[in-house]
Amino acid sequence: MTQRARNWLLLTPATAWFVIMLVLPLSVVLIFSFGERGSGGGYVPAFTLEQYANLPARWAAFKNTMVLAPLGTVAAMLIAYPLAYFLAVRTSRKWKTLLLVLVIVPFWTSILIRSYAWIFILGGRGIPALLEMIGIEGVRLIYTPFAVTIGIIYGYLPLMVFPIFVSLDRLDKRLLEASSDLGARPWATFLQVTLPLSIPGVATGCLLVFILLMGEFLIPALLGGGKVFFVGNALVDLFLQSRNWAYGSAVAVTLIVVMLVSVTLYMRLISRLNTQREDVSLM
Amino acid sequence: MTKHVDHISKKKFMEELRRYQKGSVTRRHFLGVTGLGAATAVMGAAMPALRPSRAYAAGDIGDRVVLATWPNYHDPENFEIFKEQTGAYTQVNVFGSNEEMLAKLQAGGSGWDVFVPTNYTITTYVDQDLIEPLDLSKLPNYDPAAYDARFSDAGTVDGTVYAVPKDWGTTGFCVNTNHTDGRNLTSWKDFWDITMDAFSGRTMVHDYQLTTIGNALKYFGYSFNSLDEKELADAERLLLDAKPHLFAISSDYQPAMRSGDAWLSMAWTGDGKQMNSDMPEIIYVLGKEGGEIWSDYYAIPKGAPHREAAYALINFLLDPEVNAREVLAHGYPTADANTMALLPKEILEDPILYPAQELLDALEFGAAATLTDPNRAELLARFKSA
Repeated sequence: MTQRARNWLLLTPATAWFVIMLVLPLSVVLIFSFGERGSGGGYVPAFTLEQYANLPARWAAFKNTMVLAPLGTVAAMLIAYPLAYFLAVRTSRKWKTLLLVLVIVPFWTSILIRSYAWIFILGGRGIPALLEMIGIEGVRLIYTPFAVTIGIIYGYLPLMVFPIFVSLDRLDKRLLEASSDLGARPWATFLQVTLPLSIPGVATGCLLVFILLMGEFLIPALLGGGKVFFVGNALVDLFLQSRNWAYGSAVAVTLIVVMLVSVTLYMRLISRLNTQREDVSLM
Repeated sequence: MTKHVDHISKKKFMEELRRYQKGSVTRRHFLGVTGLGAATAVMGAAMPALRPSRAYAAGDIGDRVVLATWPNYHDPENFEIFKEQTGAYTQVNVFGSNEEMLAKLQAGGSGWDVFVPTNYTITTYVDQDLIEPLDLSKLPNYDPAAYDARFSDAGTVDGTVYAVPKDWGTTGFCVNTNHTDGRNLTSWKDFWDITMDAFSGRTMVHDYQLTTIGNALKYFGYSFNSLDEKELADAERLLLDAKPHLFAISSDYQPAMRSGDAWLSMAWTGDGKQMNSDMPEIIYVLGKEGGEIWSDYYAIPKGAPHREAAYALINFLLDPEVNAREVLAHGYPTADANTMALLPKEILEDPILYPAQELLDALEFGAAATLTDPNRAELLARFKSA
């Protein structure tokens, strides 16, 4: 067997996987998005731009997603960073493993169950009842955008903690000593050494969380009481309720395009930040 | 291995069902969400290699039957008895809405043997060739004469029987009377008016276009099934006006009603009955302008993998003694006179299960066109995303 043939053979499983699991389904979605809804629902082949012309009817869903997804990402990042920093820099080796496991443990339970638990924590007999005991009355938490934000932060925090933790854990501690030897105060060391070196972890965490959040539907449905409507919810309704596969596909294609554009812009920004850093390190 | 997995999932289902019965109930909305998990099951069933192998004994009906149904809708003991009698284990898939059920069957490869469609969906299943005509000789327990025709005739399309009646019910609202200050809510007009006034922030409506739009139409006295543009526009205005006052748009209303967060919600008979039994201050009301009356059926989808077992299960569940246990478990009324003869008097006289005739007379059965109308689907999407 020639080297070339062997290479092709070795690539076959990956190629087959790629074609069957990615290219084919996406092609189906793309083709369906130019079709029409059958009278009883489903899909009828056609070539029309009608579904795309109807997109403004889901503008509110896109708007909600484009506001809450970046907001949730930033909030999760702000909470995850100190936690990751504590785990990576301040925790002794003995405790590190245990604490890391504690961060992972919630992942062993389905996100559905965990989000459902929040319904009771944020509901009238949960936190609002506790607040009433100390005299703060009439607080409504459940089924608000606030509840959705809490659910998002809670659900996605581990995904943010891990990449940041890894980048901070690998950080060469001698750089911190050097910085302090050169007269930098702790805060300056953090801003000039630790933070820039952890940017790749932060960037990865944000990307992971942002991409998943753009397609989120469960948390808004459960904790938003159906009043907070994401693109994910619009898609679930279009496929499972109105069974408008053509329109649903057009919304899905649009979501993919929006994500491709925002992720590309984001990657450009990050790589520019990284090159700047390398320039600095070269000097 | 397969047996072991079956056992676990069955046990889990029983536990879930008992939890529903105890009242930490999560109805259609919760399943609308969890139903997506069932999409995986559909995919799994579509790949023959992943399907567990069947172990047939001679003359047997097979070792399993797959039932697609609604949450909290059966007595688990009945499935145990069915397994003892026939050796077939009932695998239960629960769904959130008729649309979802239809969507799964349209997608193909559902793997179901028996499903439980509601009256207004049956013609759509027939049109799309997704439902099997029933061979009544295999259902000796089905006694058509024992049924009130209102609750059985939707199962027959163009003279062919496609579905046999399971039970029926109504869509009204439940209200916590601790907060009404002696006011008596009796109509959908009362429902919407108090929502935008004294009950602001305390009302729930279904995440379901058929009932939420239908009951908004009733405010104006229009038909529950209206497809008229002007009437739907009126309903939309009412829904958008009411939205800021709503506690939630969700068909999972029992937890919030029970915890006291919500005071008023659209509700189905069985949920109304379950809550009223545990908390008498929560009462179930039928709007005097009317609203929905519905009837659920047993049917067999085209290409059911265990067809003989499907007939055996339906026939078993139609046995009046078995059916009586079902009614006691799910709290929905049956239309079968033979089963009613076995039910205790307090069930037959219960105003939630069997409401007064004049209230029933005002109700309408949902229509097939109401379910599939794209304008109503878009209206609900606008309402939810507003």
